Amino acid sequence: MTPRFAVGAPVNVRRGNPPGHIRTPYYIRGKSGTVERICGEFRNPEELAYGRSGEPKQVLYRVRFNQKDIWPGYKGPAKDTIDVELYEHWLEPVR
Amino acid sequence: MMDNVTHTHEGPDPHAPRPDHDDTLTHHKRLEIAVRELLIEKGILTADEIREAVERMDARGPHLGAKLVAKAWVDPAFKARLVENGSAAAEEAGVQMDQPTRLIVVENTPQVHNLVVCTLCSCYPRMVLGIPPDWYKSRAYRSRAVHEPRAVLAEFGTRLSDDVTVRVHDSTADMRYLVLPMRPAGTDDFDEAKLAALVTRDSMIGVTTL
Repeated sequence: MTPRFAVGAPVNVRRGNPPGHIRTPYYIRGKSGTVERICGEFRNPEELAYGRSGEPKQVLYRVRFNQKDIWPGYKGPAKDTIDVELYEHWLEPVR
Repeated sequence: MMDNVTHTHEGPDPHAPRPDHDDTLTHHKRLEIAVRELLIEKGILTADEIREAVERMDARGPHLGAKLVAKAWVDPAFKARLVENGSAAAEEAGVQMDQPTRLIVVENTPQVHNLVVCTLCSCYPRMVLGIPPDWYKSRAYRSRAVHEPRAVLAEFGTRLSDDVTVRVHDSTADMRYLVLPMRPAGTDDFDEAKLAALVTRDSMIGVTTL
């Protein structure tokens, strides 16, 4: 599986709110960040949690966000960051 | 105040034994016993294999992470490999990666401080740190570490100037994180074993420095 996003690419996190075993924290949905690294391919936990195979595997990314973009009242320097692991189907290109 | 002379056991016994809390067969205890007994009865696992697995898990602890940190401090080539591919470098150093998750090592520098959290549950680099402390699993730590990391750090006694970038790592999926703390000053003549003894669990989670 070829990763859809390259390291350094700007990405948006989907704003979805589906039911189930979701590994995308609520606080990061709808936010914009940059791909920090590509972690490899892993079975999809949203399927694995219900006894299914988790195939096809999903590319897992680490995406870096600026804290000021995530928390409106963030108290700290503008360069502070938070890195979150996100599966490819939760990411969209920034247009 | 009771002193030793007037201390009698009339009235409520000050040394009354506290009730045991180990006698309740909760749902999950019952489930564990049922599954374990079935695995043994059906010949899938032996009691010894289960005991050995528990002992293997119990034997993991911060001493493993500390060994990696100390080795990285004395061997720059190893440090480079550790930061490049944590799992492979840990295996190379004799630390068994017995989990499907992968290890990422994040390095503290004078410019960058790293902090690890799992906001969704309690993901923790058990292969190098063992069982997580209770506070790591608390809702307070899990929520505050992401939105006010500097306040959390200060409560652990770690005050960072605004020149230092704080990088929080939320372990949301298949990666596990180990912080590589900075080597303390005045340790130039320490050997690897002596250095490893300096490395604390909390410094490898990133809530403290050394």
